[in-house]
Amino acid sequence: MGVSIFGLAWRSLMNRKVSALLTIFAIALSVALFLGVEKARNAAKEGFDNTISGTELIVGAPSGQINLLLYSVFRLGNATAEISWPTYEAIAARNDVAWAVPISLGDSHRGYRVLGTTQSYFEHYKYGQRQSLTFADGEMFDDLFDAVIGAEVAKQLGYEIGSPLVITHGLGAGGLSDHENRPFRIVGILRPTGTPVDQTIHVSLEAITAIHVGWETGARNPLADNIPEETIRSFNLTPRTVTAVFVGLKNRATVLRTRRDLNTNMSEPLLAIIPGQALAELWQVMSTAERVLLAISAFVIAVGLVSILTSILTSLNERRREMSILRATGARASHIVTLLIAEAAVLGFLGAVFGAILIQLIFAVAAPILSAQYGVALTGTGPGLVDLYTIGAVTLAALVLGIWPAITALRRSLADGLTVKL
Amino acid sequence: MTRPIVSLSDLSFAWPDQPPVLDVQAFELRAGERLFLRGPSGSGKSTLLGVIAGVLEAGGGEVHVLDKDLTKLSGGERDRVRADHLGVIFQMFNLVPYLSVVQNVVLPCRFSNRRLNEVNSAGGPEAEAKRLLARLGLKDDALISRKVTELSVGQQQRVAAARALIGNPALIIADEPTSALDADSRDRFIELLSDEAQKSGAALLFVSHDGALASLFDRAIDLAEINRATTAAEVA
Repeated sequence: MGVSIFGLAWRSLMNRKVSALLTIFAIALSVALFLGVEKARNAAKEGFDNTISGTELIVGAPSGQINLLLYSVFRLGNATAEISWPTYEAIAARNDVAWAVPISLGDSHRGYRVLGTTQSYFEHYKYGQRQSLTFADGEMFDDLFDAVIGAEVAKQLGYEIGSPLVITHGLGAGGLSDHENRPFRIVGILRPTGTPVDQTIHVSLEAITAIHVGWETGARNPLADNIPEETIRSFNLTPRTVTAVFVGLKNRATVLRTRRDLNTNMSEPLLAIIPGQALAELWQVMSTAERVLLAISAFVIAVGLVSILTSILTSLNERRREMSILRATGARASHIVTLLIAEAAVLGFLGAVFGAILIQLIFAVAAPILSAQYGVALTGTGPGLVDLYTIGAVTLAALVLGIWPAITALRRSLADGLTVKL
Repeated sequence: MTRPIVSLSDLSFAWPDQPPVLDVQAFELRAGERLFLRGPSGSGKSTLLGVIAGVLEAGGGEVHVLDKDLTKLSGGERDRVRADHLGVIFQMFNLVPYLSVVQNVVLPCRFSNRRLNEVNSAGGPEAEAKRLLARLGLKDDALISRKVTELSVGQQQRVAAARALIGNPALIIADEPTSALDADSRDRFIELLSDEAQKSGAALLFVSHDGALASLFDRAIDLAEINRATTAAEVA
């Protein structure tokens, strides 16, 4: 028969469509922002945790665990010291070590870091769910002056297979400290990984040694420029030091023992870290900012909820007539209260549902762009429990807030009696 | 004599911090009776109706509506008496703008099980609503399906009358329902309302400032005669 209280609430809202839609829109935007931050932060954490996998230990000169992680994996900052080649060889020769990949950092090309390493890097460096690096074009370096570039380097600088590339000494902008007399040739371009590998230029360790012939003092020795390439190739180019070593173990269970051993019993002081642990510690540092962002977006939801109050409270004046008609036809106080609380809850619920849908649309549009442009995968941003909880919480909060206009309307309708002077 | 539907004794009412609006020693309305209550605007008519309808709480005295003393009931209980036994028609703007004509008419059945049961035995709320609308001269389906805000004032008042009558309440209260109508529609409306009230056995309490209408009712009372507070207010 006709219309329930919820039906009345709904029709009354539809009778004030513009105001109701604006309110729903405000809630939807705030909920979309909140869910967007929440989902993006989970995706970021996921991507972050996926930066390196399959490597049990990273070994470098003693500094801090986060420092070592930052320069060896994220190419951020600099190593304060290096470790010697014999120490690397000793690590690689250990019985419990399956493989050890040395890396050497310190030079750059147009802002992108150059990483000297061995061919085994492409075999053992894994990211995400133990995914290997794959080539979009070309192959791994073989000759002394071959270079393999990450997807983003190729994209941003417009490089192709065969493009020449000049490495800059240190991390400066280039110019005086260019190794222009030793140009490289690009032989391989990697597929996007969403990790710092995309922003890296990979060359052989020997190449790093070779371009620094004549730079032993830390500055350029002009006489060395004249040494012909053939002569350089004939040198012993085994590096004297490396920046860090990625280590894979034969048996993962020995990781703690091996780490302790490396940290204490080697001929030179070392720092061995477990990447997962270091990532977790680093995330702890970053999560403060991320929590602040989440808190801000929660406040935005609060603002959205207040807009429900505003819209209903301002509507009450023009609805005194409606209330007194309902009272006159037999609506009890509880009906009026239910009606207005239901209105608030309907606004909150619809706003939250549209917000959850909106953020999915935004992610659907953004995901291919982010993936193509930045190699960032928005994993785990699909609809989930967090959406349900958010919708539930927003609806409940709206319902509780609805008590205010409900009581205001009730008081007025009691004071108005049967008639309202218009 | 039939039993009284409304009976007031020593009723007083005042808005907070104001002189009394109502001071009625005795007033009685009997079942099936059609009573005209005359009073100029500001004489406390609407307040009196609010008290009888249980929306306003009397300051003192007794307000009997169908054997129940409203002054001894809680707000919720008074609401229930109104929902079950009263039909109300206002001067204008009687209808909920976002409901259809039929939805407006069946509204009391939503709030009262007694009235819902009553119409269910007569074929259901919507059938009963249409029957009442037809009896009040709104037969046209096209008319009924219009938005209520598109109806003429006279049509709106007849929809309000159908709503007041649905579910056979014992008392119809009409507060200046014809003051927005021209003379012809006014007489026609009173005639229809009066007939329908009589057929359903409801008492009709019709309030207006226009004394000329008195002849259309069983009995007429001047509010000033029974309300001792009015004179005081007018003097002041």
